[in-house]
Amino acid sequence: MEWINAIVQGVLLGGLYAMFATGLSLIFGVMRLVNIAHGDLIVLAAYLGLVVLEVTGPLNPLATLALVVPVMALIGYVLQRGIFNFTLGKDILPPLLVSFGLSIILQNSLLEIFTADSRRLTAGALEVASFPMVEGVDIGVLPLMMFLTAMGVIALLQFVFYRTAMGRAFRATSDDPEVARMMGLNNRHVFALAMALSMAVVAVAGIFLAMRTNFDPASGPARLIFGFEAVIIGGLGNLWGTLAGGVVVGVAQTVGAQINPGWQQLAGHVVFLIVLAVRPRGLFPRIL
Amino acid sequence: MAAGGRLMAILELSQVMKRYGALIVADQIDLELAQGEALGIIGPNGAGKTTLFNLIAGTVRVDAGAVSFAGRDITYLRAAERCRIGISRSFQIPHPFGGMTVFENVLVGATYGAGKGERASYGRVMEILELTALTGKANALAGALTLLERKRLEMARALATSPRLLLLDEIAGGLTEPECRELVEAVRQIRSTGVSIIWIEHIVHALIAVVDRLAVIDFGRKIADGDPRQVIESPEVREIYMGIEADA
Repeated sequence: MEWINAIVQGVLLGGLYAMFATGLSLIFGVMRLVNIAHGDLIVLAAYLGLVVLEVTGPLNPLATLALVVPVMALIGYVLQRGIFNFTLGKDILPPLLVSFGLSIILQNSLLEIFTADSRRLTAGALEVASFPMVEGVDIGVLPLMMFLTAMGVIALLQFVFYRTAMGRAFRATSDDPEVARMMGLNNRHVFALAMALSMAVVAVAGIFLAMRTNFDPASGPARLIFGFEAVIIGGLGNLWGTLAGGVVVGVAQTVGAQINPGWQQLAGHVVFLIVLAVRPRGLFPRIL
Repeated sequence: MAAGGRLMAILELSQVMKRYGALIVADQIDLELAQGEALGIIGPNGAGKTTLFNLIAGTVRVDAGAVSFAGRDITYLRAAERCRIGISRSFQIPHPFGGMTVFENVLVGATYGAGKGERASYGRVMEILELTALTGKANALAGALTLLERKRLEMARALATSPRLLLLDEIAGGLTEPECRELVEAVRQIRSTGVSIIWIEHIVHALIAVVDRLAVIDFGRKIADGDPRQVIESPEVREIYMGIEADA
């Protein structure tokens, strides 16, 4: 029963990893940009939530989303138009280097402002609330919410991508930026919208991260790695695949921890390497 | 009709120059297109025909000279803006958005190029698909189309932006004779809706079936411009095309 419990908890944890990953996958899909600062932006969103709570007083951390999501989306838009758009081109190295630099700047700025103390968004009773699924397997309300939110976010992105004018602009620009311009699309604006959307997802992921665990200014890179692993395992360009990838990483970690508490992260990485060796294009690569 | 007995010009190139290093691809080209007119352009490979389209559509900027559209100077306007004011082009090698359906490909042009909402564009998109004989393929992925269908999609997508000037770049190349006739018919119909057309084509008889005027470009220079029959029969043009035939 312990093992089943570990698997169930891993699946739920996978929802959080999938949220780390979808923002990453989205901007890679639209503009071939690998955002090394993604993890640090997640941590930035967590700190934004902290600041909002300090100003407003005790609230449910989820309420901060009302402010953190639009602020992060705005940061994303400005970041893209102000910096990243100038790095995009045939060469994929400049955006990689610039986002790496941004990552260092973010980590050090957060350290300067908030010190290295680890923080947490306290959610009161919600943190420990749970209900039994079967004997020996309890489902935490917060992890369940995390997983359902991840599904909701992915369903929403899927809708935006395939059913709205904005999504068609994303797909057209990603397919052929030159022709998209001839069709009257302003690529710089389209890219900035994609980054804004990615950062809105990051905001949700950041708040959930901060409610689930302690964070500090150096927490970003590990989240980036989990996100990367989920994207690659799921298969590039497939959002539901990314959720599956998150679940695989989550389950590997909780099962690893069940074997030996020191193996939690190791197990996740090992499974990632195995998938990469056996199916380099991921479990569910997009058919096209 | 404008003053001076001339038709009102939709497009005017004056003394347009473009060079890539030592290679001059557009050499002091003057070109005028009247509202509603259809102009054909022929010339050997590498003569600078496609470059001329790039200069008109704004993907490449002129080194000297001016481009004006419907009386407005657009020499420094960007491609996306030129698309929105009514200049649209189809590419010689079709570039569909392969991961999207035929309907969506045309819809993107209608939404962003013509600046209308998606729902408001549905009717227009269906009309265009009808005109270009793609209705049956509306839900097929553009990446899975045949060559003729891709060429039609190029045209459909260009039309979707509601152009006043349509630039067609070698849309008949690689098609069979009956396919070519169908295409000529489609271009005729587009023309009858009042759209001005410039059409680059190697298949001269297809061109002559549609255009009012024919221009010849060689080594970046315009060497003839006028009535299609007279141009084709002029000694300079015969010489160029005889030369090509001897090579081929």
